[in-house]
Amino acid sequence: MSRPARHLYVHLPFCAHRCGYCDFVTVVGRSGQHAAYVDALLRELELERGLLAGELETVFLGGGTPTFTALPDLLRLLEALPAAEEVTVEANPETVTPGLARALRGAGVTRISLGAQTFRQRLLDVLERVARPDDVRSALRHLRDAGFDNISLDLIYGIPGQSASDLEADLDDALVLAPEHLSCYELEAKPGTRFTHAWGTELARQADAMEDYFERVVARLTGSGYRWYETANFCRVDTDGRDLRARHNLAYWLGRDYLGLGIGAVSTVENRRWRNAPRLGRYLEALAAGRPPEREVERLDPGVQARERVMLGLRLDEPLPLAGLRPALDAEGLARAEQLGLAVDGGQTLALTRRGRFLGGGVTAEILA
Amino acid sequence: MDQARIRNFSIIAHIDHGKSTLADRILELTEAVSAREMREQLLDSMELERERGITIKAQAVRVTWKGHELNLIDTPGHVDFTYEVSRSLQACEGALLVVDAAQGIEAQTLANAYLAIENGLEIVPVANKIDLPAADPDGTAVEVADLLGDDPARVLRISAKTGDGVGDVLDAIVERMPAPAGDPESSARALVFDSSYDQYRGVVAFVRVADGTLSTREALRTMATGTRFDAEELGFFSPAMTPVERLSVGEVGYVVTGLKDVSRLRVGDTLTSVRRPADEALPGYKDVKPMVFAGLFPTDSDDYPELRDALERLKLNDAALMYEPETSNALGFGFRCGFLGLLHMEIVRERLEREFDLDLLVTAPNVAYRVKEKNGDWIEVHNPSEFPREVEEVEEPYVAASIIVPKEHVGAVMELNNERRGTFGRLEYLSPERVHLTHELPLAEIVLDYYDQLKSRTRGYASFDYDLAGFKPGNLVRVDVLVGGEPVDALSLIVHRDFAYDRGRLLVDKLREEIPRQMFDIAIQAAIGSRVIARETVKAKRKDVLAKCYGGDISRKRKLLEKQKAGKRRMKQVGAVEVPQEAFLAVLNIGQGQRS
Repeated sequence: MSRPARHLYVHLPFCAHRCGYCDFVTVVGRSGQHAAYVDALLRELELERGLLAGELETVFLGGGTPTFTALPDLLRLLEALPAAEEVTVEANPETVTPGLARALRGAGVTRISLGAQTFRQRLLDVLERVARPDDVRSALRHLRDAGFDNISLDLIYGIPGQSASDLEADLDDALVLAPEHLSCYELEAKPGTRFTHAWGTELARQADAMEDYFERVVARLTGSGYRWYETANFCRVDTDGRDLRARHNLAYWLGRDYLGLGIGAVSTVENRRWRNAPRLGRYLEALAAGRPPEREVERLDPGVQARERVMLGLRLDEPLPLAGLRPALDAEGLARAEQLGLAVDGGQTLALTRRGRFLGGGVTAEILA
Repeated sequence: MDQARIRNFSIIAHIDHGKSTLADRILELTEAVSAREMREQLLDSMELERERGITIKAQAVRVTWKGHELNLIDTPGHVDFTYEVSRSLQACEGALLVVDAAQGIEAQTLANAYLAIENGLEIVPVANKIDLPAADPDGTAVEVADLLGDDPARVLRISAKTGDGVGDVLDAIVERMPAPAGDPESSARALVFDSSYDQYRGVVAFVRVADGTLSTREALRTMATGTRFDAEELGFFSPAMTPVERLSVGEVGYVVTGLKDVSRLRVGDTLTSVRRPADEALPGYKDVKPMVFAGLFPTDSDDYPELRDALERLKLNDAALMYEPETSNALGFGFRCGFLGLLHMEIVRERLEREFDLDLLVTAPNVAYRVKEKNGDWIEVHNPSEFPREVEEVEEPYVAASIIVPKEHVGAVMELNNERRGTFGRLEYLSPERVHLTHELPLAEIVLDYYDQLKSRTRGYASFDYDLAGFKPGNLVRVDVLVGGEPVDALSLIVHRDFAYDRGRLLVDKLREEIPRQMFDIAIQAAIGSRVIARETVKAKRKDVLAKCYGGDISRKRKLLEKQKAGKRRMKQVGAVEVPQEAFLAVLNIGQGQRS
């Protein structure tokens, strides 16, 4: 009897525009297909319901731009999804109207993740974002007015042309809005993308100057009462004791099982991981015929599972319990990392030091068998 | 075969001027091979040779043409193998000088053409590729005739590709080249011009009978090295091995010796009969010793036994290759190998990688040094890391370099040779256009990038050859490299004291580029003894994280880390520092900017 998953991810791929740097599965426009897509999602849910627990801890609607989905379809979807303690929806600032905010709140959404990225217009243009700086501020206001008390902002740093003072100003502008949560990512220019083609040279030129941006972000946010609980994620530490970490994402980092619905969505249940094919037409076709969509399945042997537990666990600020994970570690590499003051082997647990966390990727590669 | 009806010849040609194609056509036309059997370019049997466009091991093929026995003796075509070429040419009375009619004479052809003339060979000039639209057969004929002091009308015009004119070439061989001289009645003397190793039959010698007759099952002896064996089988290549009872004066063929060690039968040695030995060996034998050394290490230390086996097998067929086990603190277990020259080294490396599927790390080459230690003993050093830190005297090998170059490049050559501690010898005009220069140079100055430099400074026109010219005193010092405070033996080098600072600086700069930033600062130093002469720092990384990791990309991120881990495993560990294999080649690459 397989242990049911308590976390559900739903992918809504539709966007008004595909930003140059984006590497998610997205579909531009196609408003005519939103309804059909939601139908398909609900059918896939029916097919897989056996994998889900009766009570879910979290539901996450990611994209794409979930709030670009035609509102009636979005609401119909939210209504039909199982209830959960945390229901997060990703939103682009320019899509958040007072009406949308109220509708989401009314449909049981508890948390909004807002793709702000930057507050400099010039840098928004580089990223090809539709939103303007003021859209972020008004979106926040509408969401607060509708009663949302758990809002996350996404910020991107390392944008071509972004100076250190631009970054500091972005952090100022974000902190003024007092979000419960912040995700801060370094811009990744993937080889071969349109974005890299356009900006790769500029980024390479700026690489040295931007080297300390990560440190600046962490210093500024931790200095402003935020907890650096995951490599790229920060949550406000409130006096009322609310845990404001993203519960859904925390489930990934803790190695929990999850079900993913929609094109390109990934599910991991016990020792199986599968990814739905990213093609919209084929997905709609399969589910309209009552078949599961095409999937790429990966078997996770115990060694792989253990390595993933270490890789994900070391992203968090809490020490990783090592029970059963020793075989996934490279004893020599771990000893080197300890000697360099990057990791602490506590016997029962393993943790990275503060400097170790800045070098988390390299340290993890060193430590993993 | 009647001695008067034998013709022994080689083909001399620049790379890609059509030597192998012409050889193929000759085999076809004389029906030595049917078209069906015909593999493209039959003579170049090794895969590597074909890809590099060079011939490493000579072979000899016998064909018949209009009642004559023609032996085509193949020659290697590079400066490292000058000695082998000269032995092959010694086995001939004539040579075809093949020149691409679209390219004209090129530098590399000259050294071998002069070698052939020195050996007293009758040269039959051939302008090849006349079917090409860009071909200039008349211009080429004039150029070749000038070179040889011959009549342009006697330059044959052919296309080996289409077969046009190949019959005329065979006729010219018969008509113009002399039959072999030699006394059929005197004691047998046969020149060993090459050998190869067969795993079932042992060493097979390729020979040219100079006097008398060799018979099957006869007891034979090499005159220089004194090795004795019975001739288990005699024969010739047609091109398949064809046994015969005897090989008589003037003939070319093979001798199956049954010897298990190729080094006991050296190229250039003379075979004679044990029962009725000759008094005097044929001239020209030299004991060829490796003068260039490098460390060969498997990139994966588990492959050490495979590398050892592969070297053993290569050695069977390559008497000039030497090797002994070496242990490096940075690179682990490997072998210090001795080579004739850089190309020889390159060929061995490629054969190890290709035929034996080994991944290798080859350290920068160095020469042999003679060192007088404090206690007065002289030792020979093949490895910079064994070079004593305190020495009384040092001697290094010199070469007599011979360079033929168009006159407008004389200045460039003189300049290069001065930079390389050369001493000018003489200058003579071979023709109004072409100059022959001699210099004496330390061998160490030509092992790194001399040939490349010479080529690039003379636009490819220089033809270069050298002979070893003994050891001479040198003001040499050992420069060590320290990475993160740890000496890296594989990066030590011996260098003239005047160049030590520049080389140390360049090496340290290069290493700073090659060693990736790590999780701590890394000091890179060059030092003579305990005195640091150059220093650089690779700054510690300040960030190294996978920015995002959510449910959708756990597998991909895991694979990225696994790849990063595999990359770490390929690095060599120097103390806590991970040094990429490429960094060990840094010493090889500092030549370019060295003194320009």
